[in-house]
Order: sequence, then structure tokens, then C-alpha cells
Amino acid sequence: MKLLVLHAHPRSKASVVQRAMVRAISGLDGVTIADLYAEYPDFDIHVAREQQRLLDHDVIVLQHPFYWYSSPALLKEWLDLVLENGWAYGPGGTRLAGRFLLSAISTGGTQEAYRHGGRNRFEIAELLSPFNQTAYLCSMAYLAPFVIHAGRQLPAGQLAAAAGTYRDLIVGLRDGAIDPLSRLAPGFTLPPAFSAKR
Amino acid sequence: MHPQDLLLGAFIYLAAAVIAALLATRLGLGSVLGYLVAGMVIGPSVLGLIGREGADVMHFAEFGVVVMLFLVGLELRPATLWALRRPIIGLGGLQVVATALALGAGALALGFGWQAALTTGLILAMSSTAIVLQSLSERGLLKTSAGQSCFSVLLFQDIAVIPILALLPLLATVNPQSAHGATLIGDLPRWAQTLAVLAAVGAIIVAGRFLTRPLFRLVAATGSREVFVGLALVMVVGIALLMQLVGLSAALGTFLAGVVLADSEYRHELEMDLDPFKGLLLAVFFIAVGAGIDFSLLLHQPLLVAGLVLGFIALKFGIMFLLARLFAMGGPDACRFSFALAQGGEFAFVLISFAAGLGLLDPGQSGLLVAVVALSMAAAPLLMILDARVIQPRFASKPGARGSEPIEDTGARVIIAGHGRFGITVGRLLQASGIRAVVLDHDAEQIEVVRKFGFRTYYGDASRHDLLEAAGAAEAQALVIAIDEPEKVLQIVETARRHFPQLQIFARARDRVHAYRLINAGVEHVYREVFAASVDLGKQLLVGLGMHPFEAHRAARRFKAHDEDLLRRSARHVDDTQRLIDIARQEREELERVLTSDASAPGASPDHAWQAPDGRPSDAGPAPAPPAGQAAPQPAPWPPVPWRAGAMH
Repeated sequence: MKLLVLHAHPRSKASVVQRAMVRAISGLDGVTIADLYAEYPDFDIHVAREQQRLLDHDVIVLQHPFYWYSSPALLKEWLDLVLENGWAYGPGGTRLAGRFLLSAISTGGTQEAYRHGGRNRFEIAELLSPFNQTAYLCSMAYLAPFVIHAGRQLPAGQLAAAAGTYRDLIVGLRDGAIDPLSRLAPGFTLPPAFSAKR
Repeated sequence: MHPQDLLLGAFIYLAAAVIAALLATRLGLGSVLGYLVAGMVIGPSVLGLIGREGADVMHFAEFGVVVMLFLVGLELRPATLWALRRPIIGLGGLQVVATALALGAGALALGFGWQAALTTGLILAMSSTAIVLQSLSERGLLKTSAGQSCFSVLLFQDIAVIPILALLPLLATVNPQSAHGATLIGDLPRWAQTLAVLAAVGAIIVAGRFLTRPLFRLVAATGSREVFVGLALVMVVGIALLMQLVGLSAALGTFLAGVVLADSEYRHELEMDLDPFKGLLLAVFFIAVGAGIDFSLLLHQPLLVAGLVLGFIALKFGIMFLLARLFAMGGPDACRFSFALAQGGEFAFVLISFAAGLGLLDPGQSGLLVAVVALSMAAAPLLMILDARVIQPRFASKPGARGSEPIEDTGARVIIAGHGRFGITVGRLLQASGIRAVVLDHDAEQIEVVRKFGFRTYYGDASRHDLLEAAGAAEAQALVIAIDEPEKVLQIVETARRHFPQLQIFARARDRVHAYRLINAGVEHVYREVFAASVDLGKQLLVGLGMHPFEAHRAARRFKAHDEDLLRRSARHVDDTQRLIDIARQEREELERVLTSDASAPGASPDHAWQAPDGRPSDAGPAPAPPAGQAAPQPAPWPPVPWRAGAMH
């Protein structure tokens, strides 16, 4: 399968974890990495081009730091503009049906912070539900997210290991070694149009 | 006439015009009434400052009417004229016929012979184009629907003078030579005369279409304004002469020429250059009309003259009002229309002397008619004031009876002064966004180019307030000054701010110092002509050197905002070079600090910003973070603290 990694980080220079993740999957055949902030520094997203790029790939990876329990602004802008009514969803909007959506995020807090009663009060899966539902509305399958927690505090070796796991996931999806349907987000039911398309 | 007398005469007329106009407009009466009264005062009947040469002066000053009709024509594109065909022919034609018959019947009742009565009716059917158009335009009513109806009727009357001139000799029992004696073609057979007339009209149309534009471009290229004015006058005078040669009304010929040139880009320049001539000549004309009123006749038969004037005005008003209602005008419009046109006109004097020459009117009748027409013309401004001050307010208080609205919206939202490489980009962006713009440029070549791209363009110097006004500055929202002459830009700013304070001004600045001056002149939107391009280049250079595009983008934006802020803060020290250097030095250090702090301070990274101060994992203790969305107040243009991306928790 072909993968499109939409990478959004407004300060790539200051980024540690995201940079490690990008490095880990760079140069792979069949994996396109799009640095959105480099392509659209003025936020002027070329919708037709982005839609074509989506059609050219099977798995869409949204890779970004988990700013404010969500994505950086440009990725949100990208979703707002590119996933048009009648194209990605709504009447006749089944162009993305049958594809997969994967969130690959890095957080500042540890995994323990993301639980009921923890500092961030919600689980990652709950906080990611807008992306989960976005996939559903676009008749895509939402995969279990890939998360690196508190990456900045990890010793270099552990960060490299985490990045390696990410690479394995990407390569596995690309080669079919990992069946994406076996890796759906917990509780995710496939949208009706998804199965029709596959 | 002795040259001394000529100068003295000119002095008396002009001085009277100035004083009368000042007094009349101060009293809110309109300048036309002032001129008429001034004429009466300096005329032979009162002060005697000017003598009986008034009639000659009037013939000369009739040229003012000719120029006025040329200007009226300039305002009327052929399409507009065509759209007005129904009111011109229907309303105008009915008016002339009905008024002529009714007034002729009146004259018959007063004991005139039927030929004299019909002649009188035709003469009195004319209204005064000069007074009505001048008064209406002074009050800004020319483009209202009542104003347009008045215009249509007046236009028809001006055209009707020609057949009337042809008809009167047929009524005459004696047939003197003077019928077409003044024309070159008077001795030719009828068909040849007709042919000559058609050829003259054709020549005006063809020359106006194809000859004038290159000619004006040639003259405009000399850059000398008086040559342009000279050419305009030569053209109008030449057409007037040509028309007289073939026995047509000069006013009609120049009107036609005006219509032909209405689509030309030189229209506004022509309007402005000829306007003072028109104004002065009309003033002299009105003064001559005032001076020509024979007060002795008035003193001998005051009741008769007064009765005739009142009866004439009342009858004409009644017919106008009936016609107005017939043509479905509302109450306010019908009143304005009827009050405006209830008087005799300048062509009446021409027709009276012509008819007297034919023996159609005896000297007593023609003297009486001159007095009646002149007095009714003097009363005309009063009637329009009566209408504006007393009648119209009554309608205004009634709901549903709104006065007339401007029917033509020619105003563009944006005026672009200067359409070189700077202005053209602005213009194209506006055009692509569907916003109407008028382009002014004083480069005739450039105007030609711009026209081909489909812009409405006018030739002229945009620092002249009358050109700005003609381009619609009073209604426009914004003025873009994209001229590359710094001094000129400042001049235009000054003119625009004084006369059109509502205009938003967007100005092109040549350099930093010019930008200071523009800012000090009160311009908010100042754009240094190469600044944006340099910043863009610098941004792409940073990317080329390996900087992340988004960082380069932000650096460029910060630099720009910083520099523009600096520009505004330094503007008031424009004359203090040392001070400017000091400020620039301080600011450079500040700018460097700001730009580098963002790039080279990983410790200030947002990824850490939410961590506990002692470096504990952020989930280990209470959050030290301020509530989301509550940013600290930030000094302009951006905080000197490192820029923060979204916070990651």
C-alpha cells in the first residue's frame, strides 16, 4: 500500500520527537512525506493538489505534536479545506472511501497523564475522537493511534527505539505485513461505504 | 470698438459677474439670478454702466450656450442618449406643440394676427437651456429623473429651433433675403443644401470618432496644458462656425460633437478645460439678458407687462405640469419639472429678431416679447427656489412621495491615479475581484495601453481636484496613488484630503523619506514601492539557505511588521537625520534579538513551557500554566519574547 504522511509542525527546528519520527521514515519507497508548514507557509492550501495526493495513496498518516489536545493549526486548516462536502463526505462524497487514517502523535505528558483522574483527565483515544469521527464520516477506517509520550524526557536510546517502532509500523502497513483491519482503533466500526469500496 | 473700451467693458462685466455671484450664492439664490439682477443694475435702465451694445454682447456670449451644450454632450454617451429617446421625442415634441398652440391661442386672443400669434407661440415654447441646466447642475439635480426630463425637453427645443427657423419664412407675407443670407450655401439648390447639412453632421461624427483621439494624444504628449485647452477651443469654435455655414444651430453641432466624444478618455480633461469658459460666457450672457430688459416699457405699461409675464408663466407651468403627469411623473418630480421649464429661453431672442426681420412681428410686439421673455428668465431662478424651499418640502413630509433619486450610478468604487507598473498590478487585482475602478494617468501612451485591457481610463493630471471629482472622488471609497513622482503623490494626497475627506488613500512611496512625508501628511496606507518585493526575495533567500519555509515566512513577516512600525515611529523625525540614525541603530539590535531569539532558544520551546519549573514531569504536580486562551498583553508589533507555537501537554 502507499502511504501519505501529512506532517505538521510549525517549529520543526525546535522539535525533537517529531524530527526523530520524520527521520525514521524518510527515504522509504511508497511513503510520501509532506511537510505542510514548508509547503504552505502562508496557509494558502492548494485544495485540488491535496485531493489528488490523497487519491494517490491508501493510508493517510497525520503526524503532528499533540498541541492543545489537537493538531497544529495548519493541519486543521488542511482538513477544513481539503475534505470538501460532496468529495470526502456528504452526498456523493465517497472519494476517500476504503482508505485508512492513522494518527501519529507526540505528547508532552506521560501516558499516565492521559487517564481519568490524571492531569489531562481524558484518555488519548477520547481526545482523538474528532479524528476518529472524521475518518468515519469520510468512509475511512481509523487505525489505533501511534503515540510517543513525553518523548523529550526519554533518553536518546529510548527515543530512537520509539522512532524505530514507528518505522516498523509504517513499513509493515506498506508491505502488507501488518493488516490494517487488525489494527483498527478500539471500538471503531467500519463505515458502510468503506466495505463497499474495498 | 476702441481697445480701451473693450477692456473697460470686460472689466465691468466680469466685476459685476464676480460680485453678483458672490452675493447670490451667499444668499442661497443661485448664481444665475445674481447675474440677471447684476445685468439689470449695470444696464442702461438703472446705472447705465453698459449701453445698448448689450445685444451684441449677448450674441457673443451665446457662445457660452454653445460650449455648454458641448459639455452636456460630453456627459451623454450615445447609449444614454438612445435610452432617452422616448422622453426627448415624446415629451419634448408634445411640449413644443402644446405650448406653441396654447400660447399662440393666447396671443390671438390679445389681438395678434394668426401668423404673429403662431410665431409668438413657437417663440415662447422655448425654455432657457442656459438657466435651467446651470441651475439644476448647481443644485446637483441634473441626474435626477426630473432633471433628465428637463434635459430631454430642452434638447428637443434646441433641435426644434432649426425647423422653426425654416418654418417662419413660410409664414411671412414678405420674403426678405435674410432667411439664409448668412450661410455660404444659401444660394445652392435645396437638395445641395440638404446634402451639405448632412455632410457637415457626418464630418463631425467621423472626425470626432477617428480624428480627435490621435490629435488629443499628440497634443497631450507635449505635456503643455494650454495647447490642450487651445485645441479644445479650436474644436468647439470650428464646429460652431461649420454649423453656421450650413445654417444649423451651433449649439446642436457642438452637442453632437460632445456626444461623439463622451466615450473618449479625454472627456474629463475637456470638461475641465472648457468649464471656466462656459461659466464666464454664460455669466456674461445672463448679464446681457438682464441689461436688455427695457424698463421704460415696464414703467409705461407695468400692469400689461406684469400680467403678460404672469399669464405666460402660469400657462407654461400648467402645460408642463399636465405633460409631466401624462408621462407618469410623481408629484414632486412633476412640480420640479414644471417650475424649472416655465420661462422663455435665449433662443427666443434669436427667433424674435429673426421674425421681426421677416416682418412677422411689428416693433411693438417684438419689444413686448423681449421684455416678457427676459422677465420670465429673471423669474426662473426665483421659481426654482420657490419649488425647492416651499413646494418640495411639502412632498418630503408625506410618506411614499419621495423626491427623485439619482438614476445613473457612474461612480466607481476605486480611483487609481497612475497606471504604470505599480498601478497596473493593483488595477488587475481589483479587476479580477470584480471591483470597478477608474484609472487616471497623464501619459497618453499609457492610457492607450490600459484601455486595451478594458479599464475605464481618463487622461489628466490627478493632482487637480476637478479631475478627481470628475472621476467620481466624491462617491468613491478609495483612492490609490500609484504615481512615480514623489512630489506629485504628496500633492494628490493634499488635494484629496482637503476635498474628499471620506476617501481612503493608499499611496505609493518612492523611498523611506517619501514614506515619512506621506505618513506625516496623514496617509495611513503607505507602501514603499520595492519594499514588499525585497522582503519576498529575502524570504526566499532564507529558504534557499536552508531555513524552513515557515520560519522564513514568519521571519519575513516579523521583519516587515517591525520595519513598518519603525517607519511610523520615525516619521515625525523626518528632518532630524541624526535622530533617525540613532533610532535605526537601536532598532537593528532589537530586531536581531527578536529574530534570533526565536530560532536559537530550544530551552524556550513550547514543549517545555508547560512543565513544572523544577523539571519534574508535567503530570507530577499541579499545572503552573495560565488558563488557555488568556494570553499576556503583547507590545506591538510582536512580543520580544520568543514566539510560541501551540503548547503540547
